[in-house]
Amino acid sequence: MGFTKLLESWPVVRQIREGDPLGLGKAAQSPRSRELQPRIAQADHVAQSICPFCAVGCAQLAYVKDGEVIQVEGDPASPISRGRLCPKGAASRNLHAGPLREYRVKYRRPYGTHWEELELDQAMDMIVDRILRSRDETWQEETPEGNPARRTMGIANLGGATLDNEENYLIKKLLTALGVVQVENQARI
Amino acid sequence: MPSLGTSFGRGGATDYQQDLMNSDCVVIMGSNMAENHPVGFQWVLEARERGAHVFHVDPRFTRTSAMATKHVGIRAGSDIAFLGGLVHYILEHDRWFHDYVLHYTNAPVIIDERFSDTEDNDGLFSGWDPEKSRYDVTTWQYAGTQVHGAAGQREEGFQESASKGEQSGHGGHGGGFSHGDPPERDDSLEHPRCVFQILKRHYARYTPELVADACGCSVEEFLHVAETICDSSGPERTSAFVYAVGWTQHTKGVQMIRTAAIIQLLLGNMGRPGGGIMALRGHASIQGSTDIPTLYNILPGYLTMPHTEHYGGLDAYIDRTTSPGGWWGNANAYIVSLLKAWWGAAATPENDFCFSYLPRIDQDNSNYWTVGQMLEGNVQGYMVVGQNPAVGSANGRANRLGLANLDWLVVRDLVETETAAFWYDSPEIESGELRTDEIGTEVFFMPASSHLEKDGSFTNTQRLLQWHFKAVEPKEDCRSELWFYYHLGKKIREKLKESADPRDLPIQDLTWAYPTSGEHEEPSAEAVLAEINGWDDKGQALAGYKLLKPDGTTACGCWIYCGVFAGGINMAARRKPHWEQNYTALEWAWSWPANRRLLYNRASADPDGNPWSERKRLVWWDPEQKKWTGTDTPDFDEEKPPDYVPPDGARGPDAIRGDHPFIMQADGLGWIYAPQGLVDGPLPTHYEPHESPFENPLYDQRANPRRQHGDLPEDPYNPTGDEPGSELYPFVATTYRLTEHHTAGGMTRFTPYLAELQPQMFVEVHPDLAQERGLEHGGWATVTTARSAIEARVMVTDRMRPVRINGRVHHQVGIPYHWGTRGLTTGGSGNDLTHMALDPNVHIQEVKAFTCDIRPGRRPKGPSLPEHVAELRDQAHTRRDQEPRVEPAENTSTVPSQ
Repeated sequence: MGFTKLLESWPVVRQIREGDPLGLGKAAQSPRSRELQPRIAQADHVAQSICPFCAVGCAQLAYVKDGEVIQVEGDPASPISRGRLCPKGAASRNLHAGPLREYRVKYRRPYGTHWEELELDQAMDMIVDRILRSRDETWQEETPEGNPARRTMGIANLGGATLDNEENYLIKKLLTALGVVQVENQARI
Repeated sequence: MPSLGTSFGRGGATDYQQDLMNSDCVVIMGSNMAENHPVGFQWVLEARERGAHVFHVDPRFTRTSAMATKHVGIRAGSDIAFLGGLVHYILEHDRWFHDYVLHYTNAPVIIDERFSDTEDNDGLFSGWDPEKSRYDVTTWQYAGTQVHGAAGQREEGFQESASKGEQSGHGGHGGGFSHGDPPERDDSLEHPRCVFQILKRHYARYTPELVADACGCSVEEFLHVAETICDSSGPERTSAFVYAVGWTQHTKGVQMIRTAAIIQLLLGNMGRPGGGIMALRGHASIQGSTDIPTLYNILPGYLTMPHTEHYGGLDAYIDRTTSPGGWWGNANAYIVSLLKAWWGAAATPENDFCFSYLPRIDQDNSNYWTVGQMLEGNVQGYMVVGQNPAVGSANGRANRLGLANLDWLVVRDLVETETAAFWYDSPEIESGELRTDEIGTEVFFMPASSHLEKDGSFTNTQRLLQWHFKAVEPKEDCRSELWFYYHLGKKIREKLKESADPRDLPIQDLTWAYPTSGEHEEPSAEAVLAEINGWDDKGQALAGYKLLKPDGTTACGCWIYCGVFAGGINMAARRKPHWEQNYTALEWAWSWPANRRLLYNRASADPDGNPWSERKRLVWWDPEQKKWTGTDTPDFDEEKPPDYVPPDGARGPDAIRGDHPFIMQADGLGWIYAPQGLVDGPLPTHYEPHESPFENPLYDQRANPRRQHGDLPEDPYNPTGDEPGSELYPFVATTYRLTEHHTAGGMTRFTPYLAELQPQMFVEVHPDLAQERGLEHGGWATVTTARSAIEARVMVTDRMRPVRINGRVHHQVGIPYHWGTRGLTTGGSGNDLTHMALDPNVHIQEVKAFTCDIRPGRRPKGPSLPEHVAELRDQAHTRRDQEPRVEPAENTSTVPSQ
């Protein structure tokens, strides 16, 4: 070991040279901690998002690596949230990829005692059949007084406040065209 | 929010969260903002740091109270008494903002001579029909005008459908306006039938002493709040009100908000920086799902659903929905453009633009009505998307029994919620009331996409549309709701394409060609937003709702959102950092209407168009440029001068005077008195909750006579007030949320970090109540109502302050409502205790004030649970039935003789 190197290995020298006289900052870093990087530095893509919980509307940044969300943080650019998130918003990745998240369609037949597997496309076809059957069986062309009604009271739809505007729009448009009027959401909850 | 709609013209928060920092006094009532909207609360703290007063008036001492400059504890459900006391104080001490009230509100307007007040009829307004249990609102109108359309039967239809929308300020006053003013005014405010004098008489008995007696606070506390709000209002200062579901979830919730509207109009705080009424909504896009409604009674943009009897064809519908003055004067352009968006080329002037394709309604078809229909077996199929009614809706048991009575059920969610699992995992399965192998409901559980797996926009609590971009692809069967309903529609259209049945024409003619991408064929959310924004006959995106036409040359899926895709650019996706613009941040996302952030901001200037004060400058008239200008987008015709007076025969926006700031109202005025739009009264009145240990200190009429309550056997009520049997349910209960959980828990109880942070159901009680009932901190308690019983850990804390009512100390029990039988943390559901009595205007359940019993120990298990509930209930009902209470509303008619 040369003299310079020996001198530099003395912490006091490093502390003075690196502007960290108390030895609480850079001078105290080990090679490992010096090389540590935040998880988000590994991201190959950042998506701008909005918190899905309450209606404050905090802005989020979702960091993505290899097709997986690796971190969700507050976006400092937002004039409303200025980068902050509450415990729920900060747990957004946990919501998105939690251990109880469901990924497959499940089917329970009438009087069945357990869930069964069902292909997504088959489930869609079965739901279509049930909508059309119930609509036919409960269709009201007119009221008892003979006024136009053009509706079914045999089908109802619930939910919307957790969904996007575009989703609410398609729900209302499709169900209105089908004559379903019992379309409701959490606005009454 | 018909309360805000009737008072000011639009059913949305009038302000934006950041503007709270400009306030000199923030009054938070019916909200625990620090815990339920924590990040928005930073703006209240900014105001406090600048010296503002922050009041929290609430039954519980919460973290909001801790951060406020003063907490005033009141009895749950007594808010109108407190707020009415403020109205009384403002009038009694001449603290109202004279120029503002005289020019911008309907205080000088004279009311029909047949009107009589609750003060004259022991708690009923004129027009009460005890047989129909409803009001004929004819006598509530401005003198010299009439309800839009004939009175009587026709009005009922109007009430049930049209005015349930949140734009209900638009309707009436079929004529009689002269140059933008109602026909009879008294600018001296002395006419006995002018709104100002009616208001004075209506609140004459709401003295500080009455407030103290009804609410359980002290006279001194009330006076401190009253004086401070008045001192913090006027030309130089502004005060703001903040509320959430602590105000809406009552049988008179709409009227609670209305009382705040009256105060803000009297003090001149509307349309001004640091003023307004900030409605805090609970879900990411609950404002959006009302604007583009997944609601039974309205179409996008608060257009009313057609009624079976009263609307006939398109012309009749337009006639009834068009207002003679204000922007509802162009309702024909809004509905025709909507029909063009939905039925495209098939919608022609010859066929009324396919108006006949719309289904019609004729009664309350809201959520709780549907639950009743399920119990009666009238509903076959139910699709539940991102909602968990088995936990989140009042009376969980009735909801679950309803689910068990369906033919088929589709649940779409991220996790298997209680609603999806009701058939094998519920309190009714545990008690044996339901058996899995006897439930015929076919259940489809469809996994949903998370917000990180789809593009789309949320509309937040301040009417701001914010776009979120897809970060990753959804896995396996997970799909967005956009995908589900688009492909459902595509498959249905394929099945019906050969049908000759006229009922299938609306499906066959529906515009449903959205571009898709990727292996899942995900429809483009941006293409849907473009349709919501609308286009002209050349396919060019419209820049704003003023361009909409009634002749079929424009299409627009939601007129109030017109402009969000102006120039073909997704304005909701704009994210210019706040440090590159002023605090109004007009280039961050886009708010309806027309990117205006603070509504009715014409009122920030005086009648001549000059700022009321330098300190509260926002929007003003520039006489050189001859236009309105300022730091926000003016919420007014940009070139209409302050001295504009409508010429003879002016209609629509042209019929609004240059000094009338509320441009959605037919008269352009802020409505202190609401002649129509609400079914339970033109002025808010204190009534007791449907279930309350108390009699009404003001009237024999105990509760809101117009409240909705069914007689479902699944929804029994506790005896109330002085009725025998009420002593068995002696405590006031109120439900609420915690920071770490979200509503019915589907997004949080299943999420490890959050389940760990808030791991168990509990109830909050005061040490005195704990001693009285032998409850131990950390031990178990059973809470019982006529509906059910739940168990919870006991949190003994002086946060739950007892209140002194009529000299007696009463206790309140605090009940978080997030829990259920599933997820990483499980526990009793608060909503198993609650009932389905509703506010009559919006059909919202009263879960913020009801009664209960509480005892130490765990609840009975298995079949003993329903036996325990029935035992107490039968005992209470037997006592009550010996001496049942009769309220004036049950046999008093106040319809004036002709």
